[in-house]
Amino acid sequence: MSSPAEGSIHRRGRRFKPDRDVEEWHGKYLPYDLVKEFLIALVVVVLLVVALAVVFSSPDETPVTVKSWSTANPVDFAQTAITELDGTSGTATYGPPYNSTAGASQSIGFFSPESWFGVHHPINTANDYVISPLKTLPGQPGLDAAIATYNSASPNQQASWTAAYEKAVAHATSEGGTLKVPAGPYGPVGEMIGSLTSMARSGALDGALLSSRQFYGTDYTKPLLFIADGTYLSDLAQQQHLTGDQWGMMNETGNYPGQAWLWLYTLGYQIPPMNSSSNGDLQVWAIMMGLTVVLVFVPFIPGLRSIPRLSRVYRLIWRQHYREISRQTLDAGSVAAATTAPHLGDSASP
Amino acid sequence: MTVETDSVSEVPVDVAADLPEDADQWTAKLRHAAVEALPPQRLMPDRQPAYVASWIYVFGVLTLAALAVVIVTGSVLSIFGPTWWHVSSTGLFVNSLHLWSVEVFFFAMVVHLWGKFFMAAWRGRRRATWITGVVSFVVSVGAAFTGYLSQQNFDSQWISTQAKDGINSTGAGAIFNVTNFGQMLMWHIMLLPLVVVALVGLHVLLVRRRGVVPPFDLPNQHEVVVDPGNLTTATAANLEDQS
Repeated sequence: MSSPAEGSIHRRGRRFKPDRDVEEWHGKYLPYDLVKEFLIALVVVVLLVVALAVVFSSPDETPVTVKSWSTANPVDFAQTAITELDGTSGTATYGPPYNSTAGASQSIGFFSPESWFGVHHPINTANDYVISPLKTLPGQPGLDAAIATYNSASPNQQASWTAAYEKAVAHATSEGGTLKVPAGPYGPVGEMIGSLTSMARSGALDGALLSSRQFYGTDYTKPLLFIADGTYLSDLAQQQHLTGDQWGMMNETGNYPGQAWLWLYTLGYQIPPMNSSSNGDLQVWAIMMGLTVVLVFVPFIPGLRSIPRLSRVYRLIWRQHYREISRQTLDAGSVAAATTAPHLGDSASP
Repeated sequence: MTVETDSVSEVPVDVAADLPEDADQWTAKLRHAAVEALPPQRLMPDRQPAYVASWIYVFGVLTLAALAVVIVTGSVLSIFGPTWWHVSSTGLFVNSLHLWSVEVFFFAMVVHLWGKFFMAAWRGRRRATWITGVVSFVVSVGAAFTGYLSQQNFDSQWISTQAKDGINSTGAGAIFNVTNFGQMLMWHIMLLPLVVVALVGLHVLLVRRRGVVPPFDLPNQHEVVVDPGNLTTATAANLEDQS
């Protein structure tokens, strides 16, 4: 072992840097039972977790289904359904990875990974959310005729009908759970959305929206995005303090702690320009990725890696050590001044 | 050295000797490298430098203990399947254990991380230890996130429909679809736990390899007597090989 005096000057042609290098420890080694420490920690954690689980349990709010949504708020369902049919819903205008809506991808300058990756989970809202599910309903000649009329109409005619229906459904009411839409020049669209609402309330639409055409399915992308296009889900989330402006990413339903470790990520959405930018998601992610890289490579970054030394928080962490050093220095000084007897050896031995 | 191999059914432990003819064997080379990097006394030391005396050191081992509880409770949930905890009071209790152990895990890990930051624990060829620790934290965030997405309740519905915007904006949504329950469950119970356990294992081995970082400013060390009891646990040479 070399002495600190040697190490603190040069070794292998390099200068000692206190934020990168350390002196070798030449001091005492004390008994330390790692296995015992781990087992004690394990017992403590188990007892703590059991106590928390017994006292607080865990939340499990019932999920929203298309059936529960359309039953609880058929007007919101119909208002959402017409935006899926006319292509103005959040999902219909989302862009990649669901569709190729022009200008919908988020970007920072030329950096637009969303558009680079393109469409990977294609969703045609008119077809996937309205027309195709309606076609699965058997024995409804009136509905079949309405779908045929709509499909064979020109785009302008379709737009005219859907615009009229959107205007009418804005004043719709729900009487006894039944959708009541004022009359208007919306052609076959009234029959289609009315049938879709009935289908949703029966529960049949939930199954029809699943992406999988196999018996087993686990991909809920289509029904989830459809539900999220309405206001029912977000209203429930608002009540559970889960929306973005409520720091929802780090919250949990009820009063349970959620992903508190996402506080910095959530903070990004609360401050300008991210809180109002159409590219806010990408901006927050870019900042978080940048900060993560900085944290990973702190040991290599001059200035940042000096913060621990300059902040002197380490004096608190190792206060016992520094107290011991001070005491030994004082003792050594006293002994050296008084006598030539051996110094410190006795106190430092185990 | 003579080794009898023809009359015994069990190979003696010390048959793994440094026989000259085995010098180029990959297994022998790997064993030598492993033992050289982490001899038993360094892998499982019974002594630590005297400066390892602070409550902050407890949070590293608390993180490991909480991770063990997370894995055990998650394994129980896996045995019975994703629906079990919604319909069984026992399942709900196990889910509660899983949730709270995750909360304890993150609390302990974050305190551990910041404690190590203020110790500048990357000093003395410990950069890889720091990096594996931070990356473990980041991957753990992903593991917990996919867990929230796999709950099959209102919370997972809301989180997935909101989080998709951030994920999609990075382009990752093309292959990492947060609204695909099956995909998120696989990431949560298979891929990410594997990575977390591997990273944490590597992190712990690096801690044992390099030892616990010494304090700043070690004045008058030449006047402090070295404990001769276990020099193999002494921290390694401390100047970087490279700038």
